[in-house]
Amino acid sequence: MESTYNILASFAQTGGLLYFMAIFAGVVIYAVWPGNKERFDDAAQIPFREDD
Amino acid sequence: MLERRARYLSLEEGGFALLLAATAFMCLIIAGKTFDQVLAFHASLISLAAAVGTFYIFRRYFDGDNEPIPQEVDGKPNYNMAPIEFATWASVFWGIAGFLVGLVIALQLAYPVLNFDLPWTSFGRLRPLHTSAVIFAFGGNVLIATSMYVVQRTCRARMPGRILPWAVVLGYNLFIVVAGTGYLLGVTQSKEYAEPEWYADLLLTVVWVFYLFLFLGTLWKRKEPHIYVANWFYLAFIVTIAVLHIFNNASLPVSIFSSKSYIVWAGVQDAMVQWWYGHNAVGFFLTAGFLAIMYYFIPKRADRPVYSYRLSIVHFWALIFIYIWAGPHHLHYTSLPQWASTLGMTFSIILWMPSWGGMINGLMTLSGAWDKLRTDPVLRMMVVSVAFYGMSTFEGPVMSIRAVNSLSHYTDWTIGHVHAGALGWVGYISFGALYCLVPWLYNKKDVYSLKLVNWHFWVSTLGIVLYICAMWVSGIMQGLMWRAYDSLGFLEYSFIETVDAMHPFYVMRALGGGLFLLGALIMVYNLYMTARHGEAAEARVAQPDGQLAPAE
Repeated sequence: MESTYNILASFAQTGGLLYFMAIFAGVVIYAVWPGNKERFDDAAQIPFREDD
Repeated sequence: MLERRARYLSLEEGGFALLLAATAFMCLIIAGKTFDQVLAFHASLISLAAAVGTFYIFRRYFDGDNEPIPQEVDGKPNYNMAPIEFATWASVFWGIAGFLVGLVIALQLAYPVLNFDLPWTSFGRLRPLHTSAVIFAFGGNVLIATSMYVVQRTCRARMPGRILPWAVVLGYNLFIVVAGTGYLLGVTQSKEYAEPEWYADLLLTVVWVFYLFLFLGTLWKRKEPHIYVANWFYLAFIVTIAVLHIFNNASLPVSIFSSKSYIVWAGVQDAMVQWWYGHNAVGFFLTAGFLAIMYYFIPKRADRPVYSYRLSIVHFWALIFIYIWAGPHHLHYTSLPQWASTLGMTFSIILWMPSWGGMINGLMTLSGAWDKLRTDPVLRMMVVSVAFYGMSTFEGPVMSIRAVNSLSHYTDWTIGHVHAGALGWVGYISFGALYCLVPWLYNKKDVYSLKLVNWHFWVSTLGIVLYICAMWVSGIMQGLMWRAYDSLGFLEYSFIETVDAMHPFYVMRALGGGLFLLGALIMVYNLYMTARHGEAAEARVAQPDGQLAPAE
């Protein structure tokens, strides 16, 4: 019979790894997506857009 | 006939008054009933602070000063700067105190007579006073001041609340006082970088939840649709520190009338939680928070947007995903299972990528404007800070490798590594931020004297170089002496021989620390003169219609 520890550990080693890799891949794709370039270039200007 | 005024406490004021009054009474009872003298002192102190806070809330009420605060003045956001000013000067004060205590303990290591044979001035009590003063008091106040400034400016919104920002700033500094005096009086739970006992931890937890609400509330009110990257780093810092603090301080007091508590985790699990906390205090307090400063203050000072906003997004998420696993590298060759310390080591090495990605992003912001390094010592300080960040985040993963760690662990090499990060990275980015922040807060053109900034830079850089080099040599020598065997397999050196061999490097380290302190004192004078006598920023010119208008 599988112990709770083994079930959790095997989930962490497979499912957890895939889950984190998938989210991180999502972040990278979001960051380099060509359509987002304009938004990010605009966001980089935020510190200079203040009401001085 | 008396004018009828709407007389009511706002929900916020009423809530804080209730909380403070309840705290004051509760602490008064504890102070009266406890047999523990230090707890009696601290409970009285907190009770007094809470009572004074209650008094100020009601005084405002009875003065009839109940007008809601305007969110905008002349179409511009009405930023709340007073708590930021307080936190700025608090950071300057604690910085000097922390550097001074650091110098004292450096001298104690070289000349043990300076312990004075008194419990309150012994190395064991002053060392946590130094680390907490520089990390949490100096660094913490810099982070609070800059985060409040940056989040308001980049959201173009005033921080919410009348009392809340003050509760964060004053509550945090009260925690510092309670923690620091506790160390001197011998109250500690003996967890590195988490020494304060349960009641101080409880105070910090409450203050930190206020801080989180304040930050989220400002983001909630934002006029700027996009949340600027610096705010992501600040938010990660606030949220993660809250989680770390709660898990690592899950302790049960012996009695509510005692300062002594016991942690709920047992044995090696306690060690693991401690270093999961300890390393992420480095990762999220000393790294994420100060990276937020880098992402706002370097672009502002260089007058150029960050090199790559896309890289900053990848940098942020990579750092968050990876840092949290690196803690076990503090526990090589202990009863922690080897797979766990290998995991920590592996993630420490992967951390090279986000660390260097972030460093490149900070440095390359200067691309096309490198000449400013020659003319602007404030910018130079921040850029050198990022270079130190790169250096210490290269060294750290190397030291986390088990084989290297077997030489470096428990030696001065670790102390040197920490100070490369602390003096070089955290110290310099904080000084740079203070040199920017004080003129902005007091509406001055620039710091009082750039020449003095230059002096500060060179004096303290010399200090850092002396410090790090002394510790490298001393640490590696110490590690090698510990593992030297003679031909018969006996240890070559006794422990005291290693201590004796390190003496010259301890003197050199103290000299380096002294120069760093001297540089910081130059900064204090410069910041004071900036606030008092700096050249005003708004040169107003007369318009044809005779009215005054600010120059663009």
